[in-house]
Amino acid sequence: MSKILLLQGNQAVVEGAIAAGVKFFGGYPITPSTEVAESLAEKLPKVGGKFIQMEDEIASMGAIIGASLTGKKVMTATSGPGFSLKQELIGYACMAEIPLVIVNVQRVGPSTGQPTSPSQGDIMQARWGTHGDHWLIALTPASVPECFDLTLRAYALSEKYRVPVILLMDEVIGHMREKIELPDNYDEIPQAERKLPTCPPEEFKAYATDESLVPAMPPFGSGYRWHVTGLVHDETGFPKGTPAATLAATNRQHDKLYNNLDDIVEVENYEMDDAEYAIVAFGGAARAAYEAVDMARAKGMKVGLVRPITIWPFAEKQMKALAGKVKHIMVHELNYGQYVLEVERAVAGKVPVTLFAKYDNEPASPAEVFAKMEEAFK
Amino acid sequence: MKKELRLSGTGGQGLILAGIILAEAALLDGKLAIQSQSYGPEARGGASKSEVIISDQAIHFPKVTNPGLLLAMSQEAAQKYSHDLTSSGILVTDSLFVKTLPAHTGKVYELPITHTAKEVLGKALFANIIALGAIVQLTGIVSEESIIKAVLNRVPKGTEEVNKKAIQLGMELVK
Amino acid sequence: MNMEEMIDKYFRPGRLPHIWCPGCGNGIVTGCIVKAVAKLDLPKDNVAVVSGIGCSSRASGYLDFNTVHSAHGRALPVATGVKLADPNLNVIVVTGDGDATAIGGNHLIHAARRNIDMTVVLYNNNIYGMTGGQYSPLTPEHSKAATAPYGTIERSFDIAELVKAAGATFVARATTFHAPMLADLIAQGIEHKGFSLIEAVTACPISFGRQNKMGGPADMIKWQRDHALPLAAFEKLSEEQKAGKFPIGVLYKAEGVKEYTEAYDELIAAAQGGK
Repeated sequence: MSKILLLQGNQAVVEGAIAAGVKFFGGYPITPSTEVAESLAEKLPKVGGKFIQMEDEIASMGAIIGASLTGKKVMTATSGPGFSLKQELIGYACMAEIPLVIVNVQRVGPSTGQPTSPSQGDIMQARWGTHGDHWLIALTPASVPECFDLTLRAYALSEKYRVPVILLMDEVIGHMREKIELPDNYDEIPQAERKLPTCPPEEFKAYATDESLVPAMPPFGSGYRWHVTGLVHDETGFPKGTPAATLAATNRQHDKLYNNLDDIVEVENYEMDDAEYAIVAFGGAARAAYEAVDMARAKGMKVGLVRPITIWPFAEKQMKALAGKVKHIMVHELNYGQYVLEVERAVAGKVPVTLFAKYDNEPASPAEVFAKMEEAFK
Repeated sequence: MKKELRLSGTGGQGLILAGIILAEAALLDGKLAIQSQSYGPEARGGASKSEVIISDQAIHFPKVTNPGLLLAMSQEAAQKYSHDLTSSGILVTDSLFVKTLPAHTGKVYELPITHTAKEVLGKALFANIIALGAIVQLTGIVSEESIIKAVLNRVPKGTEEVNKKAIQLGMELVK
Repeated sequence: MNMEEMIDKYFRPGRLPHIWCPGCGNGIVTGCIVKAVAKLDLPKDNVAVVSGIGCSSRASGYLDFNTVHSAHGRALPVATGVKLADPNLNVIVVTGDGDATAIGGNHLIHAARRNIDMTVVLYNNNIYGMTGGQYSPLTPEHSKAATAPYGTIERSFDIAELVKAAGATFVARATTFHAPMLADLIAQGIEHKGFSLIEAVTACPISFGRQNKMGGPADMIKWQRDHALPLAAFEKLSEEQKAGKFPIGVLYKAEGVKEYTEAYDELIAAAQGGK
């Protein structure tokens, strides 16, 4: 049985978190993501979970890292300024391979910027916000139902690959209310499971792996006493800074994700079967793009929409294939031009890539997107 | 058929809730609906708007670009949010607050929404529900049954009767 | 249990020798933590040690518990997550003066305010040792440091008073000279249900002592002997006599203050009852 509701994107994330089995949330109030914290403060205790409002954004990341070590599924939510502060421990979570989910409802920046206005300006920060070579996953929903679905998927990926997953939302999707059909109870939703060691504790090496390259992760208190560190470490988990250990750790952290791009990277195609032109857009910006494609089709233009759902890792294969299929690509994003840089790199000059950047506090309307496509694709 | 409405006024008048109720009524009618909003940093005061799009088919873009109806419950909102109202759009104002009408060549209804809330129901806070009654009566955008149900789903227990009365009062304002 | 047996039981095989300099007091403090755990006979699987970054924070890697060597200043938030998510764990936080009171200062006052059950052992060597002797918030005024070549003009925190004011319910201090007392205070801190902080005054001969002409390791430990006084004796001194001296022992203990994870369990019961 299911129920039909009118929910905000942020509320759908909360439902997704409860459905995914999240039992710990550490947060700090910030517009436009506060609804996530407020709602989980109410709902988590009802399912035996814990919500804690920490003293700052850094501390909320620290708290979810600690809670994840006890085996719990954990979440934090923030927006631009908070996302900047969280970068320190996002790096830690990459290095120590701690599963966790960070919701970032993007707003106009830099700095305090424009708290209640939509933006997609954190695309590159989501990828490169913390220092050093590192790899993680970022997913971008474009509808309220997809906020629910991608929250579940974020946990599936985070637990499977022991990696931080960023749910990279924007204010358009976070705050709009839309129809969503949810199961009456979440008991039958499959729960992502963390890999546990199969060897006895005395043989356990915390970062030893099989061919999946993902180490098992026993919870604290389970009898496997292991060491977690942000220093470069070898398979024992203890610091080891030799060139060989550094190379092995770095390569494994990369390969555990990049050997599995087919599992991780998701792209939606809309009206792409016979398309000669493509618009690439994601999240809130994709909402106008769907309608712009419909407008173009009504006028006989063979245009389709390519919507990356996984923003990071980049949809390299899909964008390269797109360059072999269409005559011209337009990237539409709510920033000065970030994702387009990756598209250009993948397309490598094979076909023209035009950017429609919108960064004035308002999403582009379908008519504006259509006008830009008409201009670019003539 | 896609219908777009913009409910605007001052933060604290309950217009975001009114938009949510209208969208939920549309779902009860078996239609699709999207509600979105924008507001300033202040929780009370300042111009705010709540937009609702209702359609039988998938709605992609969530913002109103061609309002079929603009409700303005403050002078500032009437000026700020009427820029894209065309002659086919309806302008509904709260006559207590909107003294100067924005330029508009289409239909205009100057209604004593807040005045009725205060005089008949004793509290200005029912103005948003009275406005919903008027909008439903004017546009038929959702069924009377669904708007009543949607209102009752959202209001505090014990206030059902007075809220039902508020809807009726709103409908009567434009009958 | 003699020291050798204690090392075999509580230190990880193959992780020693430690990285600390000859004459450093950190080994003594870490030994006291182990003695406290041994005294209470806590099962190793139920102990989590969370540290930050700095010399003292390296202790977590040597100890055979569930251990986290977190980021600089962040031991307390991580420890808060561990404890709140699994209140069955005994959480011990290993941190230094820079880690806990400068970059982690905000976390320190808030962890104390929540009165969450954990035991913070603050290794106070008055200096940033790992980076080569820069001044910390616990460097005494006018002391020299790599970043205070003319002596620091900043006043230092009285960390015990700070965390007491912030809401800690067990506050104590000892020195590496008073090692048995230190071990006993740490054990009391672990037994105390609430936020406990034990300041362990420890010598850094290389990065602090040398710059301030305090002599060798033995001289610095003698300095501890000569400047620390049990609280009762300290309180009998006149204000003039107190100058340069500091009290040791249990400095503050509050009973009957609700512990955070217990309060949270009540919150959950109330939320579920109110369903």
